[in-house]
Amino acid sequence: MTDLHPLNRREFLKVGVAAGGGMLVGIYLPQLNSSETVSRTEVFQPNAFLRIGTDDMITVILGKSEMGTGIYTSLPMIAAEELDADWQHIRVEAAPVDEVYFHPTFHIQMTGGSSSVTSEWERLRKAGATARAMLIAAAAKNWDVDPKACGTQTGYVVHEPSNRRVSYGALAEAAATTPLPTDVPLKDPNNFTIIGRGTHRLDTAAKTNGSALFGIDAKAPDMLTALIARPPVFGAKISRVNDARSRKITGVKAVVPVQSGIAVVADGFWAAKLGRDALEVEWDEGPNATVSTAAIREQYARLSNAPGKVARRDGDPAHALQTAATKITAEYEVPYLAHATMEPLNCLVDLRADRCDIWTGTQFQSLDHAAAVKLTGLHPNQVHVHTTMLGGGFGRRGSPTSEFVVEAVEVAKAVHAPVKVVWTREDDIRGGWYRPMAYDRISAGLDASGNPVAWDHTIVSQGVLEGTIFAPDGNDGSSVEGAVEMPYAIPNVLVSLHAMKLGVPVLWWRSVGNSHTAFVVESFIDELAHASGKDPYQFRRALLAKKPRHLAVLELAAEKANWSAPLPKGQGRGIALHFSFDTYVAEVAEVSVSERDTIRVHRVVAAVDCGRVVNPDGVVAQTEGGIIFGLSAALKSEITLDRGRVQQSNFHDYQVLRINEAPQIEVYIVPSTEHPMGVGEPPVPPIAPAVANAVFAATGKRVRKSPIRMNEAV
Amino acid sequence: MIALSVNAKRVMVDVDPSTPLRWVLRDNLGLTGTKYGCGMAQCGACTVHIDAQAVRSCVAPVSRAPGRQVTNMEGLSPDVSDPLQRAWIEIDVPQCGYCQSDQIMSAAVLLLREKAIPSNDDIDQALAGNVCRCGAYCRIRRAVHRAAELARGSK
Repeated sequence: MTDLHPLNRREFLKVGVAAGGGMLVGIYLPQLNSSETVSRTEVFQPNAFLRIGTDDMITVILGKSEMGTGIYTSLPMIAAEELDADWQHIRVEAAPVDEVYFHPTFHIQMTGGSSSVTSEWERLRKAGATARAMLIAAAAKNWDVDPKACGTQTGYVVHEPSNRRVSYGALAEAAATTPLPTDVPLKDPNNFTIIGRGTHRLDTAAKTNGSALFGIDAKAPDMLTALIARPPVFGAKISRVNDARSRKITGVKAVVPVQSGIAVVADGFWAAKLGRDALEVEWDEGPNATVSTAAIREQYARLSNAPGKVARRDGDPAHALQTAATKITAEYEVPYLAHATMEPLNCLVDLRADRCDIWTGTQFQSLDHAAAVKLTGLHPNQVHVHTTMLGGGFGRRGSPTSEFVVEAVEVAKAVHAPVKVVWTREDDIRGGWYRPMAYDRISAGLDASGNPVAWDHTIVSQGVLEGTIFAPDGNDGSSVEGAVEMPYAIPNVLVSLHAMKLGVPVLWWRSVGNSHTAFVVESFIDELAHASGKDPYQFRRALLAKKPRHLAVLELAAEKANWSAPLPKGQGRGIALHFSFDTYVAEVAEVSVSERDTIRVHRVVAAVDCGRVVNPDGVVAQTEGGIIFGLSAALKSEITLDRGRVQQSNFHDYQVLRINEAPQIEVYIVPSTEHPMGVGEPPVPPIAPAVANAVFAATGKRVRKSPIRMNEAV
Repeated sequence: MIALSVNAKRVMVDVDPSTPLRWVLRDNLGLTGTKYGCGMAQCGACTVHIDAQAVRSCVAPVSRAPGRQVTNMEGLSPDVSDPLQRAWIEIDVPQCGYCQSDQIMSAAVLLLREKAIPSNDDIDQALAGNVCRCGAYCRIRRAVHRAAELARGSK
């Protein structure tokens, strides 16, 4: 996901604020729209986000998904801060689908766009503060004192004049009958004690003893497991099926066609797998049977010779380029990439006559819910989405078509039993919904002193927003984001896009367009620095004089990396900077290139400005992880197609970074009191260009194609 | 019926002997701490111990297990008192957490059988077969060192 209107930042903010204002009404729900009956005598549920038990346990109910980014810790920290709760008593529960949890900007229940801390900040603070005020009111009434004379101390309401205190749990019943206060003041951030403090994750223990429940672990009584034989070519249709051998496999219960292929339903994964292997399917491969990435590349390269639809224009770039003292042009390319979440997609559906329960790790609860409602014909209140832990998301589990839920509902309808559809790794790698391939042609003009005066960036790529609820009016922001925000002070700028429509399905992939555009922009600015004979760090600095937050992360990273210290021969240091999802990240990579052209990244130093930090250790973890995720793409991963077929299938040929290839990583956070912004995605984009720039520093060779391999060097 | 010893308990399963041990653990015995990631010994998500050796249970037929001790994540130490689990918690290693069972199971064999005081290289070698897509590798290294300390009784 992305901020959707990079060209209309003002409009984006306006929408956010308007919707945020409306949330005030939204948060004061008397109780959850849930199947569970909540007894008002046992718990105090001041709003849809909090439940306080008589045992002092406080449940924070989140309409968000924990896909690894740590929001099941950072979001409760926000509520606990205002509630003045005892952190030891905090628990998290995944919310059902309900409008109250909808994203204030995107108007669906979702997790993505590095937006969770940002979007929940205000309403979780209000939720906590409101509950605290009600607990105080209940205690004051009980003690017959002025509420203003009462305060709170980590889980207790206290009345200092009479030296009395009572725990939140003991007040829960009474507080439940207290009138809802309005206009509860929020804490002065200077008095925060939980927000900003390094806090252990609430989900770690469950993730170290096997008890954490992922979608693939969900169970229902008499559950069956289904694998789906999926088309070998995108969009291929079934022309003939022979399931005779398949049905003879012990444990296979049914073979049923669904929209996405032929489902083999069995009493467990292994029987379903054997059954699927035994299936004979003939496909009508359709128009995508000839698709090849070699041909796509050729087409893209040809198109890149002329400008596309304008996404940004400053000054007169054509004239400035013509009259520049030096003109430099380069072509860059990036491949399709699979998300390859460690937990392959899956969905368990228990469909009854009057009820449908769905267990899955999803980033798009309300869209999945709506799809299931449509397919089952049940009332929305009869369809229940249970969000499990997500074994990685990276965008893949935010499906605009809800296909992994739809197919499971279809199978459940056909077999009249609870059924879990599981994707194999091969299904995942070959299943499409990739980070788009892109080809960029970029030119710059330098004046006689080596200062850049013109920048002309042409992008050829598929957009990921087309056909989704995020579909844009103009240029697909997902193809040009990060290029449009090119931060350097260059007077004449053109960024333009050739938006391609192809049969290869594409999707938001951790940091969306930024993973592509940062590689191009930050590599090319490095090329300009070298062309003008300047140090790449100092060259950037000089062009960022009016961008203090960009400059601050750049300088911090350079300083901590000891930028100007010499390195041994064969080693090099590269720097890159990128702004995405309203967070600023600069990274310095130290690499060596062996005589056999093996690139090894030894050390990465990152500086992050994401506004006010909720959980510092969470920011560090996301930055470390984002760098590794980005390094997989920078050095190893690539999806290619030939004769319509994806040529990779599993981790042996769709390679990702392993621990023996992982650098040492240091993360530094810029202290800030600005509004908190997300960090799930922003650490990803800068690492590929930082590595490419370091490779150039080490070898004098420029690699303009990702994954970065020395045989692609120029 | 096949008789197995899993997490120090005797169990009987009615499966074809060629069924991968992983699916017997998950689907027949409900031990879902052992994960599915690739099915071809490329990612390590299914790592379990057979007689204190790290085994990729996705390519190990259940017929390899009778007469031997099988231990999976749920059997290592359910109260998370193992030094590895304590270190994992102290350092907050997991992000999505899906691969952490297998990281711990592989690290356990390294510490128990091979190196009580491992180097970074030892850790990298022992865990190179265990993919973490969230990229928690730096913390995994730190946590294995810390677990080695805890196992030696250091504070």
